[in-house]
Amino acid sequence: MYDGAVQDLIDELGRLPGIGPKSAQRMAFHLLAADPVDVTRLVGAIQAVKDKVRFCDVCGNVAEGERCRICLDPRRDAHAICVVEEPKDVVAIERTREFRGLYHVLGGAISPMDGIGPGELRFAELMTRLASDEVTEVIVATDPNLEGEATASYLVRLLSSFEGITVSRLASGLPVGGDLEYADEVTLGRAFEGRRVMSRARPPAPTADPRAAEPAADPSAAEPAADQTAASAREAKTAYAPTGSE
Amino acid sequence: MHVRHLSLASFRSYDRAELPLVPGVTTLVGENGQGKTNLVEAIGYVATLASHRVATDAPLVKFGADQAIIRCAVVRDTREQLVELEINPGRANRARLGRAAQTRPRDVLGTLRTVLFAPEDLSLVKGDPGTRRRFVDDLLVARQPRWAGVRGDYERIVKQRNALLKSAAPVLRRGNRGASRPRRPDQEPVDEARASALHTLDVWNSHLSQVGSQLLYARLRILRDLGPHLAQAYAQVSDGAGEARVRYESSLHEGAAARIAGGDVPEPAELAELMLESLERLRAQEVERGVGLVGPHRDDIVLTLGELPAKGYASHGESWSFALGLKLAAYRLLRADLDDDPVLILDDVFAELDSGRRERLAAMIGDCEQVIITAAVGEDVPKSLGGQTFWVKDGEVVPG
Ligand SMILES: Nc1ncnc2c1ncn2[C@@H]1O[C@H](COP(=O)(O)OP(=O)(O)O)[C@@H](O)[C@H]1O
Ligand SMILES: [Mg+2]
Ligand SMILES: [Zn+2]
Repeated sequence: MYDGAVQDLIDELGRLPGIGPKSAQRMAFHLLAADPVDVTRLVGAIQAVKDKVRFCDVCGNVAEGERCRICLDPRRDAHAICVVEEPKDVVAIERTREFRGLYHVLGGAISPMDGIGPGELRFAELMTRLASDEVTEVIVATDPNLEGEATASYLVRLLSSFEGITVSRLASGLPVGGDLEYADEVTLGRAFEGRRVMSRARPPAPTADPRAAEPAADPSAAEPAADQTAASAREAKTAYAPTGSE
Repeated sequence: MHVRHLSLASFRSYDRAELPLVPGVTTLVGENGQGKTNLVEAIGYVATLASHRVATDAPLVKFGADQAIIRCAVVRDTREQLVELEINPGRANRARLGRAAQTRPRDVLGTLRTVLFAPEDLSLVKGDPGTRRRFVDDLLVARQPRWAGVRGDYERIVKQRNALLKSAAPVLRRGNRGASRPRRPDQEPVDEARASALHTLDVWNSHLSQVGSQLLYARLRILRDLGPHLAQAYAQVSDGAGEARVRYESSLHEGAAARIAGGDVPEPAELAELMLESLERLRAQEVERGVGLVGPHRDDIVLTLGELPAKGYASHGESWSFALGLKLAAYRLLRADLDDDPVLILDDVFAELDSGRRERLAAMIGDCEQVIITAAVGEDVPKSLGGQTFWVKDGEVVPG
């Protein structure tokens, strides 16, 4: 144990994720010896994060205003929403450049052991967003571990009542038991591209989506078109127009 | 396979220990409390990443030290593989295979296979179902290391699901009671919290049945393979009457449990269905008690001798023979399907057996690639086994 202030700092640093008691001690003594200017800058950065950064009212991502950078960007495709656990997962997926739609950050995964049930996550906000008929595809990109899978299954069940929405899940190939954020870009990108459809949209009317005329980038929709009746071909295209290729 | 060398640092009572080993029989002789079991415990740890005596790692580290290191040279088909394990209680353990950089400890599984029999194993016969489940699951992992992952996932699902049953019990019970009361048709308010909890429970039910059915299927398969080896090994050790058998007692609903007890092994997909059905039927009870009642973690493996269950009926000697029979059967099963002998470890076994059983056991293990025996009294081990001897005294290991 050290004297008051030093021990307080060690304790606070030790509460940060991934920092054990030894690292906390090393960091504390580093700060003790550091240039006051550097320390002031660090304190300022921490303070600024708490003052300026908040969570996006729409998607739950980190934001500097009411809405995050992605929600404000008019070039993003509002037909697709990718559901992730944490803001850091947004960063990981953005790195792959596979996705041009919007996000929804749940704020964690279902884990009864940690007291986290659906009520603690941002499911209700997602339902509100989906109630506007603009969204046609939801991509579930929760972590490839047990809790992430449970969250995904819960979501898929929840979304089964939305007839006009195609739901897909990131393809396997991600390291099982891991965190999305640790997957490298290539692996994550491939998982994104090869996402597996869990439930297809059932559009009420064949003309529901004007984009039906566009060529579908989904090979499963495009290839067998010759064998399909016009109606079912149209349905397949309407249903699934991946945004990754736009 | 065999262990050519074991080297310890700050493990149990040892500051340092070097134990050169050879194929064939090695006997470690020393009075009680001198550190014999500590040595074989370390070898067992390399094979299973767990001690056969304690559930946590902390007691394995020498008192006062903060980490223990086990190094082990394993020879299989003339190829030698070095394993190094660093045991860090409270932090992640670390592992190294050969000269490669660090790997996850789990990757070490499969490098060394052991079958270890110790006095504690009497609880296989006399103890709780958990001991028998662990025996079977350990055997699965020894055969195919990937089962360590399935088992870990399953345990986590059970924990999550039990936590849910516990925390959501008050909300879920609202429906249980309501269902038995006549409903008023005019108004039936939608209970959102309950619907959400049920929804979440469904998700964990589906996880439990997916992973649980794989584990159950694997257990049933391996027990079916183990059966003949067990009957034979028991007959050889005991030289007595009565056939030793195992019967799987499943927590699935009655019809399914009866099929399984009768020796039927349904495919995993069917087992998953049966598990879901059983969960559905027991939902009210699970909710009432706030704990999961269905799944491989609630099953038992009943041991029978002739017509009678071994537990509660078998004599002390028969119980010993049964426990030993199970371990020898496991040894023979692994030997047969890996085309390679595991290392057989017999800790303090001979003292418990009468001279007839000692000789019979010695005859059974004579052809094993490597056997490591511990004994407080050297004379308890039949001379016919031969091999090398080490004396263990006060944390020193010296060739005899
Ligand atoms: N973590 C530990 N640190 C120091 N000594 C230990 C530790 N764990 C066990 N021991 C000592 O090891 C001895 C038991 O060794 P063990 O191998 O079980 O004996 P035996 O020769 O009877 O098989 C005991 O004297 C015990 O005090
Ligand atoms: Mg001992
Ligand atoms: Zn946003």
